[in-house]
Amino acid sequence: MAAALLMAVALGAQAEPSATRRSGYADMSPATQALQRDDTQNPAWLWVADGERRFDADCASCHPGAALRGVAARYPAFDAVLGKPVTLAGRINLCRTRHLKAPPLALESDELLGLEAVVALQSRGLPIAPDRDPRLQPLRDAGQQLFQQRMGQLDFSCAQCHDQHAGGRLAGATIPQGHPTGYPLYRLEWQGLGSLQRRLRNCMTGVRAEPYAYGSDEATALELFLMQRAVGLPLETPAVRP
Amino acid sequence: MAVRALLHVPASARIGEVIEIRATVQHPMETGFRVGSDGQLLARNLVRRVEGHFDGERVFAVDLHPAIAANPYLAFPLRVTGSGLLTVTWQGDEGFSHSASARINAP
Amino acid sequence: MTTRRIVLTAALGTLLAPAVRATPAALRSAIAAFTGGQLPRTGRVTLDIAPLIDNGNVVPVAIRVDSPMTAADHVQRIGLYTALNPLPEVAVFHLGPRSGVARVATRMRLATTQTLTALAVMNDGSVWQQQVDVIVTLAACIES
Repeated sequence: MAAALLMAVALGAQAEPSATRRSGYADMSPATQALQRDDTQNPAWLWVADGERRFDADCASCHPGAALRGVAARYPAFDAVLGKPVTLAGRINLCRTRHLKAPPLALESDELLGLEAVVALQSRGLPIAPDRDPRLQPLRDAGQQLFQQRMGQLDFSCAQCHDQHAGGRLAGATIPQGHPTGYPLYRLEWQGLGSLQRRLRNCMTGVRAEPYAYGSDEATALELFLMQRAVGLPLETPAVRP
Repeated sequence: MAVRALLHVPASARIGEVIEIRATVQHPMETGFRVGSDGQLLARNLVRRVEGHFDGERVFAVDLHPAIAANPYLAFPLRVTGSGLLTVTWQGDEGFSHSASARINAP
Repeated sequence: MTTRRIVLTAALGTLLAPAVRATPAALRSAIAAFTGGQLPRTGRVTLDIAPLIDNGNVVPVAIRVDSPMTAADHVQRIGLYTALNPLPEVAVFHLGPRSGVARVATRMRLATTQTLTALAVMNDGSVWQQQVDVIVTLAACIES
């Protein structure tokens, strides 16, 4: 346990990508990798197509062209009015309520996922570069705590599988390091597009823990920590994963 | 969300060349074998038939069964005879009907 | 091991309830309906599929048939069948001389490790086939 703690802290403190860090892309079969690489075959583009239509109608007048390039690579970011960090999905809804005077889209809805995918696509290929705002650090530290703490009936922590046993096998699948390099992504298991938070909820169900609610502070805290842990890895949105 | 479909044809093609058409439509392809969280069987709901027409002539068709994955993807070949309109239609349960078209440019 | 059993049970629960498998007789009869009773010969058909599958929900598969695809000599239809899914049929593709080549691709569901059969019926009524064995693994940490 002490060794895992040290390893997790060391990963979190790194500013340069480690040679031993890799995206879940590397742990997939060649057939699934091919699905991700080919935009004419990647099913996520069904959502991107819808997101583009919605973005052109609602967002492009304030955010034309590739104005949002780099944004997804550095989120979550601090929102001064709310006084706390928000995820990209949260920011899209804040834009809607504050600037469009439109109701927020339901978390994890197809509409919101499509918009999130379109914004993140503008950062495809860029290295993950978390916002350095010091006001993010307390919640990021809380996320690191959550990552290391045992949970659920099976009493596993994230770190035990994704730091200590990454590269090993679970039910025939390779355990990835668990970097959020491609969200929102098309998960073959969902046969649909989903967010990082949905995937984290699956992990928590996997250890028989009560999953964190969508949009909860715990979910945002984990997202903050995971993005820092993945610093330097290129963004692959929209990815495909098993 | 409105039904989304993706239809890919090459940007241009030569007469006589064989091209590949790629078509995806958003659909759950519910098998009729899955049980929902309430313990009830989820009703079968499938895309049953996909057809490709070039300038009105049928050039491809496929009959789909529950074993086809959700958001069904198809790739099929076409020998180019000239410029024209390629139309793909999807037909299925509960009155499902959708179509998408793309121009094939063969100067 | 407890973890593996829980994950496996949950995975099967979301896919099928209860476990449903087609019978060998159902597979034979589905293939006979496709071929019109003609006996298939092995050859000319290539079934492209990964030998080890990440997730049985979405499995890319392509089928090629060696044929000039002329009016006089072409593939009329290609059929894909499974031995252990709930139903044996996967898809029947209809081609013709306008196709140019006989090559189709789709993505299918595989309930478990099993044998797949791809068949092609030619315009002269002859039937060709190929069979491939595929291993399917399960995704870990699923929804329910």
